[in-house]
Amino acid sequence: MRALCWYGKNDVRVISVPDPKIINPHDAIIKITLSAICGSDLHLYDGYIPTMEKGDILGHEFMGEVVEVGKEVKKLKQGDRVVVPFTIACGRCFFCQKDLWALCDNTNPNARMLEKLYGYSGSGLFGYSHLYGGYAGGQAQYVRVPFADVGPVKIPEGMSDEQVLFLSDIFPTGYMAAENCQIRPGDTVAVWGCGPVGQFAIKSAWLLGAERVIAIDEVPERLRLAETAGKAETINFAEADVFDQLKEMTGGRGPDACIDAVGLEAHGTTPDALLDRAKAAVYLATDRPTALRQAIHACRKGGTVSVPGVYGGFLDKVPFGAAFAKGLTFRMGQTHVHRYLAPLLSRIQKGEIDPSFVITHRLTLEDAPYGYQIFRDKQDECIKIVLRP
Amino acid sequence: MSASERSLADHPQSHHTIVHRIPAGPMGRHRQINISENERWVSGLGGGALALYGLRHGGFGGILLALAGGSLIYRGVTGHCDIYHALGISTSEKGGLNASVRHGEGIKVEKSVTINKPPEELFRFWRNFENLPRVMSHLETVRVIDEKRSHWVASAPAGTTVEWDAEIINEKPNELIAWRSLEDSQIPNAGSVRFERAPNGRGTEVKVALNYEPPAGSLGSLVAKLFGEEPAQQVAEDLRHFKQVMEAGETPSVEGQPSGRSATSGRQK
Repeated sequence: MRALCWYGKNDVRVISVPDPKIINPHDAIIKITLSAICGSDLHLYDGYIPTMEKGDILGHEFMGEVVEVGKEVKKLKQGDRVVVPFTIACGRCFFCQKDLWALCDNTNPNARMLEKLYGYSGSGLFGYSHLYGGYAGGQAQYVRVPFADVGPVKIPEGMSDEQVLFLSDIFPTGYMAAENCQIRPGDTVAVWGCGPVGQFAIKSAWLLGAERVIAIDEVPERLRLAETAGKAETINFAEADVFDQLKEMTGGRGPDACIDAVGLEAHGTTPDALLDRAKAAVYLATDRPTALRQAIHACRKGGTVSVPGVYGGFLDKVPFGAAFAKGLTFRMGQTHVHRYLAPLLSRIQKGEIDPSFVITHRLTLEDAPYGYQIFRDKQDECIKIVLRP
Repeated sequence: MSASERSLADHPQSHHTIVHRIPAGPMGRHRQINISENERWVSGLGGGALALYGLRHGGFGGILLALAGGSLIYRGVTGHCDIYHALGISTSEKGGLNASVRHGEGIKVEKSVTINKPPEELFRFWRNFENLPRVMSHLETVRVIDEKRSHWVASAPAGTTVEWDAEIINEKPNELIAWRSLEDSQIPNAGSVRFERAPNGRGTEVKVALNYEPPAGSLGSLVAKLFGEEPAQQVAEDLRHFKQVMEAGETPSVEGQPSGRSATSGRQK
């Protein structure tokens, strides 16, 4: 089969590899009909994530048709059309049973590697380095899905691939970020980052009853999408002081909740951002938390900072003193996708949201390397790319 | 009476290096450790130096030296000297008589894991020792002999195997199993596994305590550490596999999955 493989910084290639096989009795093989490139794939592309090996197949947002099932698979059968969550969960451990699917105990074969970094290991992920299990990803024609009865969600007739693909990752991620804000009537939610996750966070904040949503970015087409599709007020951080703007827009109070949908590769031209880049270049720091710093600074007293944006290592110069003084609540983490599949599918079916609004580019799998490059460099007004194998 | 029939009661153990007299006899299936720790280090390192010298020197003399060095290394690593055995001598502190590990000696490992299953289910799985190779990667087979005794075969560094007989010395249904290896064990070991209900519906806390002497003493354990087979880590991994098998019904694996490394065509080198 054809698959998109990682070969180093800025080097991804589509090559021919063997087809996947059933390895464990709870596996299924999916023939992929649509997949996507995620913002967090760019951390792999830019060489920020350790334990990658040349030849690893990438891709964790995918859907398709079941072509083969292992002998312990009871709920799925050949021909079923499914979307697959990017986190792999067993369904039977303490965490899965508490709806904390991304923290599953039993799906990372390299758990001991991750334990060295973080103390304890969460679930395995598709296509996201050997730290997270080294599972072959779904930017390919076929993929092997462990615990096929637990993860994949069946898609009813009459819905297009583009409408449901983002249930695999970015829609639940944006939704969980908004849910973590604990939105109450009258609340203003500020969202840093108008990439796809930010766009879903904006829409989700409205769905969850926010009074106002303010979106922050510098890329023109992304701010525009936040205005038109997201109905958000916008701030361009390259042209305005974010803290001052937010304060004045909220009657001197500050936003009630702040979402950092940017994560570790934040861009910025403020002194702290430049210092971050310098330190990252010489490995004194690993992550660049410009957006997080601003969110902490801008949040109202007693408010909530919600962090869906991926962080990997250590942060430097984070204003924890400000967070303490203002009594902030932090809620964060990898998305518990399984929790949201049914409710969000239902919202799509009812017409409350059409997730395909973020798609700007439709490429074939063979053109994926070009897609990575324009996505990373934000060329051609790229916001989200889907790939057809 | 052969060495294997002698009981601990007959020979008081000593902490000093003493030459023990043991009647010479057939070598038997298990090589007993009959060289002291210090002497094993000297033998191993000295043998290494001699072998290197011999190989560099070359010629017939060099080969003889290298062979002599090789046998000294073997002596150091296994702790067994054929010449000593033939002479009925042991410089090992323990005289090769242990039925279990002496207090304060050997390697001690304590690891625990919480498993989302009731204690009865976990006890039942563990108590049938023949199940254990399914979750412990270093165990090759376990054969249950009777109510109390079993025979164990494990893989050891450098592609060898070690074997021993064990007996259950204490058992409380659904709570505790304690065992020790019998005399003549290649790796004297003793241990216990406890099953305790975890708080508020979390399942069972499984606590393993293990005390053992690795086959090649400290030298072997150092080598094993260097090659990533540190005992505490191995026990922790085995407990993780136990948890995965009991909760999820399988251990997660990516073995045999596709990648660019197994590409059939089209890849540029």
